[in-house]
Amino acid sequence: MSDVHDPRYAIGIDLGTTHSALSYVDLQASDGEKAVESVLLIPQLTAPGTVEALPLLPSFLYLPHPDELPAGERALPWGQDASDDNTSAVAGEMARSRGATTPIRLVSSAKSWLCHPGVDRRGAILPPDAPDEVPRLSPLAASTSYLAHLRQAWNHAHPDAPFDLQSVTVTIPASFDPAARELTAEAARQAGFAPTLLEEPQAALYSWIQGSGGRWRKQVQPGDIILVVDVGGGTSDFSLIAILERDGKLEPHRVAVGDHILLGGDNMDLALAHFVARKLSANGTQLDAWQMRALTYGCRSAKEELLANPNATTHPIVVPSRGSKLIGGSIRTELTRDEVTAFITDGFFPRVEASARPAVRARAGLTQLGLPYAQDAAITRHLAAFLARQAGATADLEGFSGRVNAEHTFLHPSAVLFNGGVFKSGILAQRVMDTINDWLYMEGAEPARMLEGADLDLAVARGAAYYSYARRGGGVRIRGGTARSYYVGVESSMPAIPGMEPPLEALCVAPFGMEEGGELELPGQEFGLVIGEPVTFRFFGSTVRRQDRIGETLEFWGPDELQELGELQATLPAEGRSAGEVVQVKLHALATDTGTLELAAVAQDGQRWKIEFDVRTAPGAQ
Amino acid sequence: MTTSNLPGFLSRISIAFGALFKSLGDAEFAARVRDDSVGPTAAPAPVPAPAPAPTVAPAPTPAPTPLRVPTPDAALQLLTLFQREARLIDFAHENLGAYSDADIGAAARVVHEGCARVLREHFTIEPVRSENEGSRITLPEGFDAASVRLTGNVVGAAPFTGTLSHRGWRAAKVTLPQLADSHDARVLAPAEVEL
Repeated sequence: MSDVHDPRYAIGIDLGTTHSALSYVDLQASDGEKAVESVLLIPQLTAPGTVEALPLLPSFLYLPHPDELPAGERALPWGQDASDDNTSAVAGEMARSRGATTPIRLVSSAKSWLCHPGVDRRGAILPPDAPDEVPRLSPLAASTSYLAHLRQAWNHAHPDAPFDLQSVTVTIPASFDPAARELTAEAARQAGFAPTLLEEPQAALYSWIQGSGGRWRKQVQPGDIILVVDVGGGTSDFSLIAILERDGKLEPHRVAVGDHILLGGDNMDLALAHFVARKLSANGTQLDAWQMRALTYGCRSAKEELLANPNATTHPIVVPSRGSKLIGGSIRTELTRDEVTAFITDGFFPRVEASARPAVRARAGLTQLGLPYAQDAAITRHLAAFLARQAGATADLEGFSGRVNAEHTFLHPSAVLFNGGVFKSGILAQRVMDTINDWLYMEGAEPARMLEGADLDLAVARGAAYYSYARRGGGVRIRGGTARSYYVGVESSMPAIPGMEPPLEALCVAPFGMEEGGELELPGQEFGLVIGEPVTFRFFGSTVRRQDRIGETLEFWGPDELQELGELQATLPAEGRSAGEVVQVKLHALATDTGTLELAAVAQDGQRWKIEFDVRTAPGAQ
Repeated sequence: MTTSNLPGFLSRISIAFGALFKSLGDAEFAARVRDDSVGPTAAPAPVPAPAPAPTVAPAPTPAPTPLRVPTPDAALQLLTLFQREARLIDFAHENLGAYSDADIGAAARVVHEGCARVLREHFTIEPVRSENEGSRITLPEGFDAASVRLTGNVVGAAPFTGTLSHRGWRAAKVTLPQLADSHDARVLAPAEVEL
């Protein structure tokens, strides 16, 4: 898998919740920080029998009815696989537009499902509300389809440089847990290539570094802490990157990542559309699902106009009629600046105190079936919580010891890099800057500055291509290793108390900041595993406990310190041993070159078994 | 003069447009117009249609210029795009007399926004002349008569100096979608049936 012979191109793929993109660097034409980089136009169906090459591939799959799309109407430039028939999924723009009118056949947000530990991510569960006769796909298979489409688009455009022989990076949210990372890598392998994974906020910074053409060294200094605020279509993602100086060179270190927040630009458009629909229904106009979609598009452009142009006070929205009578049947309404300010600027980016925290409501019983959307829409409150939790993130970092004061209630960023289409609105970027600078002012700190010149739509794909290139020794690299420490739950050896569960202790199995390629053995502790019998562990991660070493046992931890991830499961197959035999194993943690974490059980004779992060939930079980 | 046999001014306008469109749509008719009245070697005869290219080629060639036959597929494709994005066919088929200007205005926003999107996404359109409209410009000898049309007091020889009344438009790039072989481009918008 790693025998990639002299690739010609370094490829970066932004596998997004709502859009995917592919960018590439020509290695032969690039030298040092001068990387020659382009974006691949991706041929895709935009209507039956119509193929267009667009810079973005909408991350949607449509599962057509057998009578809906004859084979001739679904031809792509690279032809069809033998397995293709009238019902195989179609990816891209047509999937999105068709699916909007036939949602029971539309697979969307596969990426959010991929990191949802409450569901079987290898199980055919999408679309979640499809009737029985519609074939379903697993979140893993959907992600594989997008990657396979990109691979074929590449091979079609570059027949002389096959995709599998290039150096490919796929981006993931920084908040992805080890299981979701592993599933993304698996999707890539099923699509026919071996990827490297890169966190999206890092990709955004790489893109900014590359775009600056070397001038980034003048815009940041050693001691800077860059906050990356990445609000995509479906998720918000934060990272902190500190700038160190080593051997006279600037070296960015990723020191912290945020939690997974399912909240993005699409939620904003939808919120506005529902608001306008309520306004219309108050006047006696009811909209159907088709009109609702048109209204959402209308709200998006009205929002973009009102948030880009500070002088505009209203923007008209017209919902076209569905039938051919365009003039009489269209509904006209408008969005005002006050409404956009109240809904988007103050609703999603309110000016809050640094001590504000997102509201958490107790979940109703059956939320496991849907996606765990963020309960508090205020991105600034999530940001305040993130910076407060990471107040000590740079305490032990070389060159930062004097900068962090015990009185600081949150980590003080000195620069902010924005990413995601939402921030095309200068008003929203400014609101976030003003809010952060208020917090800094209250603690007597200098205001943070905004890093200019980010490419908001394609930065992640471009940055990923640059990273593929930098990994080969061509440019600046961000260091930092794994962004969490990991623990398995072990029962405490305390005497049992009737009526109480034995208290749980957390055993650190992988420390914070493991560099790729590093492998550590859990000292001392051995586990007796029974051959053929699956063993499950509770599994935890922490984004704040930087000091815990492998093998350390925690008896107490704060409610915010450890998050429970999915369960771990190890099943030792009988290979050469008899079922029922007990084998003493040690746990090993390995940070792979791919960018995933691997846990393995290693017997005394050296035999290894991989421990799976993603436990298949039995059908019917919760 | 037997004026009763000659068409009046208003009829001549209608005849001129009729001839223009018939020439565009009907190659045989166009050939008849060419051969009967505007033979390349004949002296300029009074042509009923306003000639779009009044400049005379310096060396008249005796061979008739072949006319290109337009392929309907690209035109149908463009209509499909205008209907899908801008509802242009729906709009053009409406009887405006039945509606208030406010209703028409609302629909016009859909048409305008969609047309602009089609033009932006499928064409790169740039002005022929970069000068401001209303400014004085000078056309040197040998200027491209296809991209600049002289109007008004067209006499004398180049260089010509005049006022730019329209900047002109040129499609610098056209990117229409590719069509599958079996795709019937005549379906501009499929009928929709909700189940």
